[in-house]
Amino acid sequence: MGLEDLNRNFFTARLEDLVKWARRNSVWPATFGLACCAIEMMAVGTADFDVSRFGMEVFRASPRQADLMVVAGRVSQKMAPVLRQVYDQMMEPKWVISMGVCASSGGMFNNYAIVQGVDQVVPVDVYAPGCPPSPETLLHAILTLHEKIRTGQITRRRATTPPVERTAGWLREEPEAVRLGTPR
Amino acid sequence: MSGPEPETGTPPATGATEGGLAGASGRGVAGGGGSDVPQLVGRAGVQIFFPSRERYHDLLAELQVEGFEMLADLCGVDYLTHPGRTLPAGVEPERFEVAVVLRRLDPPGMVRIRVQVPEADPVLASAWDLYPGAEAMERECFDMFGIRFVGHPDLTRILMPEDWEGHPLRKDYGVGRVPVQFKEAPGPR
Amino acid sequence: MTDKDLVKETSEGGQELGPAAATPPEERRRERGAILRVPESHPAVDLADLPEAGAEDETMIINMGPQHPSTHGVLRLMMELDGETVLRTKPVIGYLHTGMEKTAEELTYVQGGTNVTRMDYLSPLTNELVYALAAEALLGVELPPRAVWIRMLLAELQRISSHLMWMATNGMDLGSTTMMIFGFREREMVLAFFEKTTGLRMNHNFIRVGGTAADLPDGWEDDVTVLCDTIEARLDDYDELLTGQPIFRERVEGVGAISAAEAIALSATGPILRSTGVPWDLRRTMPYLAYDQVEFDVIVGTYGDNFDRYAVRLNEIRESIRIVRQVVEKMPSGPYRVLDRKVTPPPRARIDESMEALIHHFKLFTEGIRVPEGEVYVAVESPRGELGCYMVSDGTGKPYRMHIRAPSFVNLQSLPVMLHGGLIADAIASISSVDPVMGEVDR
Repeated sequence: MGLEDLNRNFFTARLEDLVKWARRNSVWPATFGLACCAIEMMAVGTADFDVSRFGMEVFRASPRQADLMVVAGRVSQKMAPVLRQVYDQMMEPKWVISMGVCASSGGMFNNYAIVQGVDQVVPVDVYAPGCPPSPETLLHAILTLHEKIRTGQITRRRATTPPVERTAGWLREEPEAVRLGTPR
Repeated sequence: MSGPEPETGTPPATGATEGGLAGASGRGVAGGGGSDVPQLVGRAGVQIFFPSRERYHDLLAELQVEGFEMLADLCGVDYLTHPGRTLPAGVEPERFEVAVVLRRLDPPGMVRIRVQVPEADPVLASAWDLYPGAEAMERECFDMFGIRFVGHPDLTRILMPEDWEGHPLRKDYGVGRVPVQFKEAPGPR
Repeated sequence: MTDKDLVKETSEGGQELGPAAATPPEERRRERGAILRVPESHPAVDLADLPEAGAEDETMIINMGPQHPSTHGVLRLMMELDGETVLRTKPVIGYLHTGMEKTAEELTYVQGGTNVTRMDYLSPLTNELVYALAAEALLGVELPPRAVWIRMLLAELQRISSHLMWMATNGMDLGSTTMMIFGFREREMVLAFFEKTTGLRMNHNFIRVGGTAADLPDGWEDDVTVLCDTIEARLDDYDELLTGQPIFRERVEGVGAISAAEAIALSATGPILRSTGVPWDLRRTMPYLAYDQVEFDVIVGTYGDNFDRYAVRLNEIRESIRIVRQVVEKMPSGPYRVLDRKVTPPPRARIDESMEALIHHFKLFTEGIRVPEGEVYVAVESPRGELGCYMVSDGTGKPYRMHIRAPSFVNLQSLPVMLHGGLIADAIASISSVDPVMGEVDR
């Protein structure tokens, strides 16, 4: 049934590449706005910046349906357990973008109330600098994450990530982070 | 008005008057409520009352009758490291102070109240039964300074987690600065 | 009594709303007033008017937030529901507590603007304005007229952008995605002007103690005029899209009503108070900057419901545009900052030439501006209501205490009154109509 059409309209690829391609093109973010950066995150979703060009306009209200958590803003001591819980509720595979300096390092608020870097609470894939990062910066962070998904392993689980094995002068082909900003 | 001196001799600046008060309309209490309480005149002629803790609640009630029907602001100050401040005669400086701003809507007016609260017994009557809007502000003041408000319906922490120890805005409470190390930072030169 | 005892004594029951069954009857009676945040004896509250709670096993307590798409940030609400009807509500806040008032004591008056501007992130310039006004009131400096008018221009543009943002998020909460796209589209125009003027889209630190950081860019009159013309025309589109639309009106009319007496008792200001019919706008009642020299109307509503709050904000954008047009006409020339070298750093070019300028520059940026001893409370009308700054100076270059009276923080107290007796689906619209900015609520 229809097998005679198989001589056209198909291509072959490694399953891993196809999975990564699919994942890369439909990273659905969770709505996790905290502070100023959340406003810029919303701006990314609107007409001027239009994140739907990258298949990401579907901001999911439920963490169960989301792949990406954009930690947009400062994380207080009171919020940190909530943040971790939301992260734990997300399904694998999942990624985290730390948006803005407050989420990345505490920023200018080095005091009793603010967690000095969200990477103390959840593992972070991409850090976006700025206070707040402009929508362009967030888009750049998103593209960096896409590149990371494209070149990463599909079965890597965060908790069990082995250290990158270094052999004499030869680096295995799964880079931990990809620098997209430099032209290649 | 028994206020001895304005806090400073500087004239109010353009565009920076206290609460934007201009002219006599903002001045004081027409009916003389709280005239027995020590007073000062702040910038732009704002009347500042310095009642004792016992007098504080009655003064609020008197001012409410005078038409000051909105409690705009309530906050605490910890004068631990700055004890010498200008106070009218007869008012003993204490470690804590609660500053209250009352507003009259028609005609527009504003008075302020500063109550001294001793460190040994940080307790003050709650303004909540007169001004329900004070509820969140008093909770914040309790959370940040540990001043307890008697008569408040729900005096719990509001900004900090429930199991937090200490009151962050007290002057003897550290900022909590965490030394940040940047992994790639070069060593000291 | 030690701090530890205090904590132990008061965190019983904690910050959360307890189940009705767990509290004794007299406690519940008191709590019914307390959770409504108004004492039973207060004249603004008629307890007899409230619908009775059902049997105890018929109500349930649900928790919304702190991570919830319609709570505008990290607001957490605990609600007791009888079926779909909201009986009690308690906002739980503090999830964005940043310790800014503590940080402000660590920063000099020159640096302080960077701190306060991050409080209300939808109107950062208004925060800077009130901080600068408070410090200037303590300093007793007189601003040059151009600085005053530049500040007014920026504050009104900020009000436009903030209200547009509110229209967008309110539209989103009510399911009108078109409104959200529209609101952000126009807001980007205002932000583009801010970026041109201050260098940043948000968190500008442009209004400094003693004036502004820089003069307006060349050709700003044209930019602002184009901005006003475009937004004014598009406001009519909004009117058509929302005001005349039966679905929208059904969802907001008569929902979340609050009376003038309740609003005043709960210290609510801004559009909430004005929507009840009280013409209280600090720009008019207690003019600051040069608001007594421009013409504008204070917009008031009648019923204090969600529709009135929408209408007040929509028309306030029109009034702000009116003010901006007048500012363009009347903008005086002259310096944009105080010519007092104890307050204003010397221009960059002078530092290379003059040793004295270099010393002043160094002293100003290391020690900060020396502000005379004293304390002051200054308030301005932010897009959300009365934004006050209580500042105590001990004569050094840093504020001894800086307290911000945040309008959202106080306005949130009126939420339980608005939601009481309404449906849970309408709660979303009411939360949105309060327009809380959590950065400012928790500071």
